[in-house]
Amino acid sequence: MSVKIKVENLNAWYGRNQVLKDINLEIEANKVTAIIGPSGCGKSTFIRCLNRLHEVVPGARVRGHVWVDGQDLYAPGVDPTEVRHRIGMVFQKPNPFPTMSIFENVAVGVRIHGLKPGVKLEEIVERSLRMAALWEEVSDRLYTSGVSLSGGQQQRLCIARALAVEPEVLLLDEPCASLDPISTLKIEDLLVELKKNYTIVIVTHNMQQAARVSDYTAFLLDGELVEYGPTPEIFTRPRDKRTEDYITGRFG
Amino acid sequence: MLFLTVLATGIALVPLASILVYVGIKGLPALNWEFFTQLPKAVGEPGGGLANAILGTIILVLLAAGIALPLGILTGIYLAEFGKDRLAPTVRFLCDVLTGVPSIIVGIVVYSTVVLTMKRFSALAGGIALAIIMLPLVARSTEEMLRLVPHSLREASLALGATQGRTIRSVVLRSALGGIVTGAMLATARVAGETAPLLFTALNSRYWPTGLDERIASLPVYIFTYSTTPYEDLHRLAWGAALVLVSMVLGTSIAARLAAKKVNGGK
Repeated sequence: MSVKIKVENLNAWYGRNQVLKDINLEIEANKVTAIIGPSGCGKSTFIRCLNRLHEVVPGARVRGHVWVDGQDLYAPGVDPTEVRHRIGMVFQKPNPFPTMSIFENVAVGVRIHGLKPGVKLEEIVERSLRMAALWEEVSDRLYTSGVSLSGGQQQRLCIARALAVEPEVLLLDEPCASLDPISTLKIEDLLVELKKNYTIVIVTHNMQQAARVSDYTAFLLDGELVEYGPTPEIFTRPRDKRTEDYITGRFG
Repeated sequence: MLFLTVLATGIALVPLASILVYVGIKGLPALNWEFFTQLPKAVGEPGGGLANAILGTIILVLLAAGIALPLGILTGIYLAEFGKDRLAPTVRFLCDVLTGVPSIIVGIVVYSTVVLTMKRFSALAGGIALAIIMLPLVARSTEEMLRLVPHSLREASLALGATQGRTIRSVVLRSALGGIVTGAMLATARVAGETAPLLFTALNSRYWPTGLDERIASLPVYIFTYSTTPYEDLHRLAWGAALVLVSMVLGTSIAARLAAKKVNGGK
């Protein structure tokens, strides 16, 4: 058990609208942490603060600290591109690069950061696609377009793309929101497999999904962290009335 | 409603079709080997061609494209990707104003700046005048094409740890390439037929082009000059020049569409 990410007094704004209020939590290494909550509660903003992607939106602002292995991502002089290299992200809608082949989609991140000497690009691409459980399905058509795949395959391609640059943490923002149940199941199995090597934070709308895949769950409401703890506890013995109302489907 | 729209479309197509047919009928008889290879003969002498004007138009258009495409595309990238400050709306507004400026005024301005400074009419001045007309078209079409690239692709690239510059080069420009090429070629086709700005800048010439600081012949100016003479022979050549010019513009437009299709087909 070790803490990978420590979030301290994290506040975030869009313009004058404060979307995160004093969030404090610690994310365990090699575990899946789920962020749940109703729409607009700040879940997506929260994980976008973990790789400094929140600030690319015009008017967006962050105050607070996110420590990853003891290093503050928001310390002055920290290069956001370096942060995003270490902390990969998969988005709600599959977004493979439409002008690139399947191979190129996975290879592009490695090309950006430069290939380590003695490593073959083909090996990285194959390993990443295998980790994303996509290799078997695409190995015979690596040079066709990434958008020719089905939605579920595209999302696994995006996971492979994120894994290829060898991040330490993988953030997933409702990765199954636009997928069918079978594709969803594949991705969930994948997450359980991936947590052996990565720290995973997943935003989800789907409480069954949070219960199935996550080790820890955080419940956000109106930009505040209401409750955080081991997933079984949150779902069976929530301490806060609002958490109980949400997971029993009384609102949200 | 359907009837009305079909009728209006039909009426709108009449001038276009008649231009093509009329220019074809009148211009085709003038076209022969001589037309494409010979210099114009002195007035009264039969025969001769407009080879220098064809070459001149190509040089002028390449010159204009060489100036306007890099500047225009980079301006478009600035407007779409970087311009979050107060400068961008101003630039955008100026581009729109510049698009609306009559081309003859562009000609006068280049005349009073470039031509009077160099103390001579020149191909360079003509190219600059055409480039000024092209520039806002290219900048705005590039901007529009870049805006069509979904924001999610930019974020996907940034999330891989790419810098903004790298994201624009590797992802955004590649995705918008087809549209940018189409816009650039349409702008090129548009200036190929400009006459007014050339009258004050490149003027005309009866000889082969010898240098960018010399007067240069062009098809539109020859059409203008020949069609205002009383000679039947020259009228014939003017029609031939019109057909060649229309074919060049049409060819560029079709090539633009094909290029766009090819780039997008590779997706």
